[in-house]
Amino acid sequence: MPLLTIKSLCIEFPGRGKTERAANNVSFELHAGEILGLVGESGAGKSTIGNGIVQLLSAPGRVTSGDIYLNDDLISNFNAKQILKVRGSRIGFIFQDPMTSLNPLFTIENQMVETIINCLDMNQQQASQYAIELLAQVGIPDPEIRIKQFPHQFSGGMRQRVVIAIALAGKPELIIADEPTTALDVSVQDQILTLIKGLCREHNVGCLLVTHDMGVIANVADRVAVMYRGNLVEIGDTAQILGSPNHDYTKSLISAVPRSNIKTDRFPLVEYIETTEKGLDSIDVTTHWLGQGVRHTHSDDLLVIKDLNLRFITRDAMFERNRRYLQATSNVNLTVKQGETYGLVGESGSGKSTIARMVAGLQKPDSGSIQFDGLELVGNPDKVAIRNARKQIQMVFQNPYSSLNGRMKIENIIAEPILFHKIAPQGDVSQIVGDLLDHVGLGRQSGKKYPHEFSGGQRQRISIARALASRPRLLICDEPTSALDVSVQAQILNLLKDLQDELGLTMLFISHDLPVIRQMCDRVSIMRHGMILETAESEQFFEHPENAYSAELLSLMPRFDNIYESSRITKAPN
Amino acid sequence: MLQFLLKRLLQAMLVMSIISIACFAIQDSLGDPTRELAANSISSEERELLREELGLNDSTIIQFGRFIGRAVQGDLGNSYFFKEPAMTVILKKLPATLELSFAASILIIVISIPLGVFTAIRPRHWFSRLTMAISVIGISIPVFLTAIGLIFIFSVTLGWMPSFGRGETVEMWGYWNSNFFSGDGLLHIIMPAVALSSIMLPLFIRLVRAEMLEVLSTEYVKFARAKGLSSYKVYMKHALKNTMLPVITVGGVQIGIMVAYTILTESVFQWPGMGFMFLEAVNRSDIPLITAYIMFVGFLFVVVNTLVDLLYGVINPMVDLVGGNQ
Repeated sequence: MPLLTIKSLCIEFPGRGKTERAANNVSFELHAGEILGLVGESGAGKSTIGNGIVQLLSAPGRVTSGDIYLNDDLISNFNAKQILKVRGSRIGFIFQDPMTSLNPLFTIENQMVETIINCLDMNQQQASQYAIELLAQVGIPDPEIRIKQFPHQFSGGMRQRVVIAIALAGKPELIIADEPTTALDVSVQDQILTLIKGLCREHNVGCLLVTHDMGVIANVADRVAVMYRGNLVEIGDTAQILGSPNHDYTKSLISAVPRSNIKTDRFPLVEYIETTEKGLDSIDVTTHWLGQGVRHTHSDDLLVIKDLNLRFITRDAMFERNRRYLQATSNVNLTVKQGETYGLVGESGSGKSTIARMVAGLQKPDSGSIQFDGLELVGNPDKVAIRNARKQIQMVFQNPYSSLNGRMKIENIIAEPILFHKIAPQGDVSQIVGDLLDHVGLGRQSGKKYPHEFSGGQRQRISIARALASRPRLLICDEPTSALDVSVQAQILNLLKDLQDELGLTMLFISHDLPVIRQMCDRVSIMRHGMILETAESEQFFEHPENAYSAELLSLMPRFDNIYESSRITKAPN
Repeated sequence: MLQFLLKRLLQAMLVMSIISIACFAIQDSLGDPTRELAANSISSEERELLREELGLNDSTIIQFGRFIGRAVQGDLGNSYFFKEPAMTVILKKLPATLELSFAASILIIVISIPLGVFTAIRPRHWFSRLTMAISVIGISIPVFLTAIGLIFIFSVTLGWMPSFGRGETVEMWGYWNSNFFSGDGLLHIIMPAVALSSIMLPLFIRLVRAEMLEVLSTEYVKFARAKGLSSYKVYMKHALKNTMLPVITVGGVQIGIMVAYTILTESVFQWPGMGFMFLEAVNRSDIPLITAYIMFVGFLFVVVNTLVDLLYGVINPMVDLVGGNQ
């Protein structure tokens, strides 16, 4: 008898005119003590299934047909009152973002105790005691003190532990974890996954792990179900699915995951989801305006950063002694050579984005020097020279949804840098913008549209086109793909690589994602607490890290290559 | 905490000095106070003497300097009309205005929160649609029209309600005259309070509704549901408290505005409060009283804002006004 049985489940979101089917005839089973990974890209319907099980679909979504059994109970037929007895008590939930899943105005104790009293037969005092035990169980130090605190006094990882404790509070049979580690740093992710895995084994609880991250799946899931546009395309043992997938989509998905163990030139087979416009005129950059930018170099080192310091005030006060600071970068030195891709890697808050912002001129450093092609950018009174240099430094931001002005047409967004810097005759601008759009794979007719008409990946292409429009020599990419699906990420990374080859761009590439860094970068610096701990050739860094922290991060990086490789080797003789 | 209050005090002083400068800049265009003071029965020599006596012939700068010098000592000048310190006049009228605003605020709070919450939770319910429709009408009708309409219906036509004045009041602490402790007083305050709240009430219903809708779409509300809590607990505990944060910020300021601008309601209902007094003072060119009133209202704003910020800090644990406990 499986713990959870889903039989031909259909979930629909009725909209104006057409009804969207978020889940189409999905069937699978989940056994007690088992972790089933539900994997797919955004829009695949995986979260919808998780929410549909406990009737938490956001309106107007509804289950149109199919049965959901929890042990013997047909919970898909439960009414609103009955399902309350299932939520929390029999099925625990873990959400993606620990920063938003706890109510900021109530103490941890308050939020835990209400759940416990609701699910178990306990009085206030017993519940409070049990809450402290739960916190200790999920690895929160000093639970007696911490339980009196508010969510904002906890770090992201600690909050996710609290969320897990709440999910466990009702002693559920099943836990649905919806992207439980996506918002967390690698080192914290590892701890949380280990915790979930341990708890499932210990309490013989089943877990439906919804995620887009193949590395996570490879590390913890016993079985994997792959979803694509509402359909379950493949289900099976983790090693089998990752090692020798049958369905084309699974193959494409796996090939798009950046490999952590070997550097490849390009990502193959990634055209499954978002196909770019075919038959676009690609421009010959050797003769085109785009390739005619400034090329002369004063030195091989395009960007030289020396002793760069910046601190933020975290608490302001009238008296100096009461003020608190955060040292965002401390004595950072780095040199980016002409034509290379330089990676900055580190966990959140390590100061890597701050460096990017200072190089781009968005933030003023407290002290230190930034030289671009021999020109000092910090405190240089020569405004014309500075503007000229800024033109050659462009940035691609992390979030493609907020980095484009939603009230402007794409063609105007891309034309803006050209017009501002006056680098092309007025009459040529629309031709150039069209060429750029063709070149990044969107097609010139996209220029007439507005940003909201594009998907995340397409928007990031627009961002890249905008960055290219001032003919930069240095492109700063600040987590350019972390908001994107893995197949789209592969496409964008391919595009960046192509552009770099054609235009001889130098890139400062910032990411927390180690496999991405390995695929993209020639040299790497690893950062922590605003300091650079180690700088090395990329391959050298991944094979033989010198710093202890680097080695730790590398060991924690969820990798699915192991299974991938090992199953290949074992299958090879057949 | 001390630092916060100190900062607020400095801000208050800055606000007051700007207000007083503004008052003095316009006082020449308010007309000749001596005409109101002495009517037409005196000769121009006597009038000139009176002007000299009041210091009205000095340059504006000198008058301003004299005003500031006195104001620092707590003296905002004597009202020309009442022949007593302007502050005393205002303080005498203050209880009536505060009670009226208080009654209107109670109406707003008691009605807007339940209606706002209901319309957010059940947006398609007929009652929600009706509430939203009426609230639009409420916003668009000016206060004086509502007031006159109320008088026409309930006082003139039906004869149920008194149409003007405070009615019978109970004296407390030898100073404060209250409407809330006698039947007649309560009857008198109902219509002015309804009229005064008629603009703010729909605004608040919409504000509470909008904030509630926003909060209902957050992850922690979804998580609260996933924990198995009943809808009542999710709405009334998790959602409502978060809804109140922005409502308090906006609402506090709005209620401050209401205290200051009771002028229309008080004139229509002949309510003997500060607003009515101010209108009369303008008609009489009673410059010291006008200045004192405007400065007092400015002060009221600063106080209300400070209270709102303190209250916000109490509700929101992420705001640390007191400082120290990191």
